[in-house]
Amino acid sequence: MSTDPTPIEAPADDNGFMRPPMDFQTRRMRWNSMRRHAVNHLVTGLALLSTLLVIAPLVAILAYLIYKGASSLNMAFFTQIPAPVGEPGGGMANAILGSGIILALASSMGIPVGIAAGVYLAEYGRGRMLAMAVRFTADVLNGVPSIVMGIAIYSLIVMRQMHFSAFSGGVALAIMMVPTITRTTEEMLATVPHAVREAALGLGVPKWRTVVSVSLRTASPGIITGCMLAFARVAGETAPLLFTAFGNQFWSYKLNEPIAALPLQIYIYAISPYDEWHRLAWAGSLVLILMIMMSVTLVRIYAGRGALKGAS
Amino acid sequence: MPQTSSSSQMDSAVVSQDAPPVHAPAIASFVPDAGPTAQDGPPSPVRQYLSTRGNGGLADKTFAAAMLVCALSIFVIVLFILTVLILRSKLSLAQFGFHFFSGSDWDPVSGSFGALPFIFGTLATSLLALALAVPLALGVAVFLTELCPAKLRAPISFLTELLAAIPSVVYGLWAVFVLVPIMRDQLGPLLYQYLGWTGFFEGYNFGVGLLTASIILAIMILPIISSIARDIMLAVPVSQREAVLALGATRWEMIRTGVLRNARIGIVGAVILGLGRALGETMAVTMVIGNHPGISKSLFAPGYTLASVIANEFTEATGDLYLSALIEIGLALFLVTIVVNAIARALVWAVTRGAPARVH
Amino acid sequence: MGVGIDVEHLNAWYGATHTLQDINLNIPANHATALIGPSGCGKSTFVRCLNRMHETNPIARATGVVKMGEIDIYKDASPVEIRRRVGMVFQRPNPFPTMSIYDNVASGLKLNGFRNKAILDETVERSLKAAALWEEVKDELKKKSGASLSGGQQQRMCIARALAVDPEVLLMDEPASALDPVSTSKIEDLIFQLKSQYTIVIVTHNMQQAARVAENTGFFLNGKMVEFNSTHMIFTNPADKRTEDYITGRFG
Repeated sequence: MSTDPTPIEAPADDNGFMRPPMDFQTRRMRWNSMRRHAVNHLVTGLALLSTLLVIAPLVAILAYLIYKGASSLNMAFFTQIPAPVGEPGGGMANAILGSGIILALASSMGIPVGIAAGVYLAEYGRGRMLAMAVRFTADVLNGVPSIVMGIAIYSLIVMRQMHFSAFSGGVALAIMMVPTITRTTEEMLATVPHAVREAALGLGVPKWRTVVSVSLRTASPGIITGCMLAFARVAGETAPLLFTAFGNQFWSYKLNEPIAALPLQIYIYAISPYDEWHRLAWAGSLVLILMIMMSVTLVRIYAGRGALKGAS
Repeated sequence: MPQTSSSSQMDSAVVSQDAPPVHAPAIASFVPDAGPTAQDGPPSPVRQYLSTRGNGGLADKTFAAAMLVCALSIFVIVLFILTVLILRSKLSLAQFGFHFFSGSDWDPVSGSFGALPFIFGTLATSLLALALAVPLALGVAVFLTELCPAKLRAPISFLTELLAAIPSVVYGLWAVFVLVPIMRDQLGPLLYQYLGWTGFFEGYNFGVGLLTASIILAIMILPIISSIARDIMLAVPVSQREAVLALGATRWEMIRTGVLRNARIGIVGAVILGLGRALGETMAVTMVIGNHPGISKSLFAPGYTLASVIANEFTEATGDLYLSALIEIGLALFLVTIVVNAIARALVWAVTRGAPARVH
Repeated sequence: MGVGIDVEHLNAWYGATHTLQDINLNIPANHATALIGPSGCGKSTFVRCLNRMHETNPIARATGVVKMGEIDIYKDASPVEIRRRVGMVFQRPNPFPTMSIYDNVASGLKLNGFRNKAILDETVERSLKAAALWEEVKDELKKKSGASLSGGQQQRMCIARALAVDPEVLLMDEPASALDPVSTSKIEDLIFQLKSQYTIVIVTHNMQQAARVAENTGFFLNGKMVEFNSTHMIFTNPADKRTEDYITGRFG
């Protein structure tokens, strides 16, 4: 205790109030300050550690995927259909084609509807109760588990038609794309300055043309990105395809027949007991991820082309 | 039109009297030669064309109606899903009523269906995944918004969002061939040795089971929670931070009182959104949870979730009652995730409303 | 050629706010008419009523008669048709950010479906010349975005864009308020030029500007038009005490 500086009697000021002692060097205060800074450093360290912990599995997954996938890839993978059990070789050509067909189908339905709904929210529904309700429903739909979407479409389409089909798979994925696209479209349109719309309206351009050629065009980079995010998300979906597209070991490109899809094939091979199929599952995963990333990058490049000097 | 001042036309003006402009600027350099208007002849082709264009009223109405229909279709989709799930699960709803969710016997052969083991499996894995993911996700969000050097911010955000782009089935594949062996041979025995006394780590450890499923789930929901939490923390005004820093707070104290306290409702929303995602996650969990309906205290034990029982048994379901029971599970999952998401969205909106729209 | 505008008993509201109260006014053809007054006096609302831009705001409405030549713009035509004949230049330059300079100027025609390339080229050149911008941009018409020009250039491009549809009336809502003095003087020179061919209505809070470019001036205060007369009379011998107070800087 003797190291404590003697407390100084606080002088009373003119009004007779007591001031606290102006001394930062009491032991308690020093200890307090040390503790506060220690906690500060500890938390900083923890935040850094958790960031590393989060990045670690990502790196682990990607590295392992590339290692395993690349060593299993060969030309046959892209040109042949699956080999019968026990025979070596074979590929996933039919699954790649099938995924392409299902995704094209889903995009052709989901993207227009999603963008149109976003246009309604941003350009027509501002401030209306209906728009609020649609926005909320879209957010809720976004959270519906994909497996539920699968059985809903099964009950709605497959049960009625009495057979699995590429079409029903496309519908399931299309519905999953809509809410993401709607909400990004709305957000991106909201960033278009009101003055730009006024400029077009002031020239006597009808509202629909203003929306299409001015609002949507100005917001198009963001909207395209939103569509790509939605596309990337459904491209890897397996659960909604289990009871709709169903999968197929052979070539199939008819919309009303069961069709193979890359994620489905990966799933079937991954849970199989055969080493040969496990290798194909790794190769399939690598191809799937590369396809998703490539299509996203391609669209980004394409969307960025033709931009003018100085355009914002 | 000649470039004289307009005094020659003054006479025709309704009100004006005399008064030439106070100051006539020197302008001769850019007088248009003829001007867009043909002076006294027929109207210019441009004006002629525009006068024939009509008012676009019909096109406008059609377009607005089309946009409205698409917006309403979102309602219709949700209603359709709900209706069809209720209709197709009527058989099971009528037969079991509420006992469906309290019965723990799932035996398709004898026609006895109780969903309790699946509810247990779903809740156990989701909550455990949250417990693992939330602290990490918040750590990442805090790191990205408050501590990270500006140069690293974009790449790290990109990396964490890349986690969200990996398909569920690829996570599952990785879990089956990498995570399961680690759980079986390294982490599992370690947990048994040091934490076995708690009773949570007992019995045979095959590597598949509740714990493995929870870990893969945690990895999958991390990016969602951290990116939403980050957006919410960014929405806290700088003035709030500065106010706390100005009082001599350390950086952590600033984060705790200036940022986390202001953003807490939104962060809860982000966590609940993560929960919604975990509850419905199917493929990766199905691949590593063991798929055995049972309720066990040990996290090494195999389990089953609502989503994975549908994935596994739906196409093999024979008999209307079996199918109906599985669809009822889907209905339950649908309703639960709707409620969970509605709550989460309401919380997130409450915080980010008025904040600038997020640009991806 | 321009056309005169007769306004009778014009009233306008934003929600519950009565922003324009019984405005009566004759705007002569082929002259520049300035509207002055303090902020919030209703002068901007007034010009927005002349091409029915006022009603693009869902909470806004207007009643009364606005006659353009023989046409009552609120009865005999749709907003779209009126806006093609009554061009507007806004307070801040508002180029279409994704369009080239050429497309910006041609937008009024292209977005209305006009496809004749020869006439488009000719119109763009003539409009840019009329807006005194041609020499500065003619080499990069299709390469450069309209948004990459300087503020003053953007505003002149917006004037060219409005001229390209060959309107009869040109409304200008404080067209120079966001610009530097050099650009402002260019815009004023331009207005001085254009008024021989178009009926121009210019809103301004800058009294010198009104004096420089307009033959006639109206003074607005609290949603009412206090006085309308030749610019010379308004500035040298105002009839109303409130006009005099405003002009001499006693309020506003």
